[in-house]
Amino acid sequence: MKSDGIPSGCAISGLMSEDGRRIGGKVIIQSIACMHDRSNGLGGGFAAYGIYPKRKDMYAFHMMFDNMQAKENTEEFFKDHFNVDKDEAIPTQRQNGVSNPPILWRYFLEVPENKLEFLSERDYVTKTVMKIHSEIDGAFVASSGMNMGAFKGVGYPEDIGSFYKLEDYNAYIWTSHGRFPTNTPGWWGGAHPFTLLDWSVVHNGEISSYGINKRYLEMFGYKLELRTDTEVIAYMFDLLVRKHKLPIEKAVEALAAPFWKDIDRMEPQKKKMAIALRHVYGSTLLNGPFSIIIGHSRGMIGLNDRIKLRPMTAARKDDMLYMASEESAIREIAPDLDEVWSPRAGTPVFGILKAEVE
Amino acid sequence: MESQLPAEFIVNIDHERCRRCKRCVINCSFSAIEFKDKVTINNRQCVACHRCATFCPESAITITQNPLDYKDGYNWSPEIRKNILKQAESGGIILTGMGNPKPYPIYWDHMLIDACQVTNPSIDPLREPMELRTYLGAKPESLEFEGDINNISLKTELAPQVKLDIPVVFAAMSYGAISLNAHKALAMAAKRMGTLMNTGEGGLHEDLAGYTDRIIVQVASGRFGVTSKYLNNSALVEIKIGQGAKPGIGGHLPGEKVGEDISKTRMIPVGTDALSPAPHHDIYSIEDLSQLIYAIKETTDYKKPVSVKIAAVHNVAAIASGIVRAGADIVMIDGFRGGTGAAPMIIRDHVGIPIELALAAVDDRLRQEGIRNRASILVGGSIRQSADVVKAIALGADACVIGTASLIAMGCRVCQKCYTGNCAWGIATQKPELVRRLNPEVGADRLCNLLTAWGHEIQEVLGSLGINAIESLRGSRERLRGVGLSQETLDILGIKHAGIGQ
Repeated sequence: MKSDGIPSGCAISGLMSEDGRRIGGKVIIQSIACMHDRSNGLGGGFAAYGIYPKRKDMYAFHMMFDNMQAKENTEEFFKDHFNVDKDEAIPTQRQNGVSNPPILWRYFLEVPENKLEFLSERDYVTKTVMKIHSEIDGAFVASSGMNMGAFKGVGYPEDIGSFYKLEDYNAYIWTSHGRFPTNTPGWWGGAHPFTLLDWSVVHNGEISSYGINKRYLEMFGYKLELRTDTEVIAYMFDLLVRKHKLPIEKAVEALAAPFWKDIDRMEPQKKKMAIALRHVYGSTLLNGPFSIIIGHSRGMIGLNDRIKLRPMTAARKDDMLYMASEESAIREIAPDLDEVWSPRAGTPVFGILKAEVE
Repeated sequence: MESQLPAEFIVNIDHERCRRCKRCVINCSFSAIEFKDKVTINNRQCVACHRCATFCPESAITITQNPLDYKDGYNWSPEIRKNILKQAESGGIILTGMGNPKPYPIYWDHMLIDACQVTNPSIDPLREPMELRTYLGAKPESLEFEGDINNISLKTELAPQVKLDIPVVFAAMSYGAISLNAHKALAMAAKRMGTLMNTGEGGLHEDLAGYTDRIIVQVASGRFGVTSKYLNNSALVEIKIGQGAKPGIGGHLPGEKVGEDISKTRMIPVGTDALSPAPHHDIYSIEDLSQLIYAIKETTDYKKPVSVKIAAVHNVAAIASGIVRAGADIVMIDGFRGGTGAAPMIIRDHVGIPIELALAAVDDRLRQEGIRNRASILVGGSIRQSADVVKAIALGADACVIGTASLIAMGCRVCQKCYTGNCAWGIATQKPELVRRLNPEVGADRLCNLLTAWGHEIQEVLGSLGINAIESLRGSRERLRGVGLSQETLDILGIKHAGIGQ
């Protein structure tokens, strides 16, 4: 929640098996814990993909409720809008450094046919998420994608990971975040990752163009209730890739567009596309310092701002792709690497799922 | 009738310093200075254009307001009393020039800009790229690509776009209202700076043929000089519906100004009044406007963006939305403080609304309707400094237009006597001996310097905001805060009051 604190330091780490092998959560906790000093205990979180293979075709809603009333209201709402296949408490354990959690509950939902007369299933789910945030007091959707989930809260990331017992989950993509806001948020929903459908974003930095990014998204019906700059990134991917159907490479080019001086030197076809992207998607340009890792069901993307004002290192080993704020966080879990590099400003790193996963 | 009007200004000559060179006599185009053994003054003629004082080699001339006090009266201000005297003597509408000088609130001066501290770094424009490049024209809502990622190409056809290296364009001022030399200076500067000048409604003089890719050609209700060649020799075409200084009012260039050259350019006989009707007589509603937009697009083979210029009036947001839906690629909004060569004072000073509020309302409305991408927004009507440009862009404008500021750069002293045709600086005049005073090359240099300076200033502000492209400022109202504004004004501007964080 931006009003409560502007992320300044922050650590991010992500790993992916491009072959779709599932990896236990212990590894990612170990990686993010290595960058303990980049966070201050006011927020940590994880996104994990491939964790619900048994219900992989259902929307897994990870919910945070401030009180029982909010839970009841949301459940009432779910009953009207979805078929609820299963709901249960998200398993947690006592953990030093993690206190006052909200009620954490997950729901596996299917969209009834009759709800989809005028809009697509994913639009319907998106609308539902916006509706919960704007209309149900004390309810917060931590994640809403299929076969994935976000686990986040107030505390150091390694404590949050242990609190959620992440060692019990296996995922082919893990991303994580340790937060260093400049004052106390004390709000669990404000921790990273931010998500929508299967998009998740962990973010180190600040979006100085937040004002226009937000107004642009609002034009397309997104409600930005969380007042955080990170939220816009998740919605931007949803708009550009899912709704406008841009190839993901082009969406990334819109968000961290090349400079005009470089565009002017491109060969004609490439130049035409680059100019058109800046014409049409100028309002989606993310300006300001950032390094981000975006997760989605088919891959993972690492991206820096146009002049690289935040750190990011990437590495590969066999089918594994790693990205983190610091190389140490990668070496901590994979000392022996095939390739380590520091991605250039505005140049994305793509991890692409090569196999089908269950 | 003998005039009872007192002189507005007193010209003081320091006769000890005066060396009787008569330069002031030659320079005064308002007959306020004569030479009878020594320099003598007819104060009633002085308009405070500063031409004499500027060119006096001894700095022996000062000009002061006439200190003739009236009996106090808040309600019956000296100006109101003088206007009544004028009308009692003339029986006519009071004519005036330049923009509204009345002390209405200037909202630009009640908005402050954000800057980065600690958590997000500011950027040094001397070390890092800082992009001001702007494109005017309609953009689609989204793009479509085809082919796989290794052989990808753009499927969407884009509407024509006009590139600006700096988001500041010279405002429409017609050849007739201003001199050919002023037009030449504006055209040269526009070309050198990668921006645009605007012919206004008086047609395009053949001497400007080499600059047409940097010229906005205007189609106004008088249709002066409008031919298919005129429309095609342009960067873009603008349909002028209204002007901020005189919304709902037509134009009138007196016959005395219509000499050989203007007659040719405007395609009207020498010595006839050039009358622009109040409305376009073929536009009585929005569907008529749409027809004219598409008639122009057909004529220009859909290669030129078409802009529609309107004055900022109460219902400006709905009107702008209609204009966009009618097919315009650009909406140009002219605020109530915008300049004019000649307008009735009652209209200039009392009709229209401030550009700040109009801009905010239009940008909001187009966003609510999801059509903001479909047209660029240009705003003018008293953009005085680069800070106004920054604030306008943050409110949602694509670029600003400057008229008065560009004239001041060329020498104008805003004496508001444009309608007399006696401009001592060779700008708002057609008298050859006065026009000659403005050297187009020097005028262009001064205009380029102004834009260069503003460009640097805008880059500094972007850097302090921690952004390196103008599109990250455009519409980013979060980076503005109001001071001393009512909640209602803040709501219209879509900004928070200073002291409120994010």
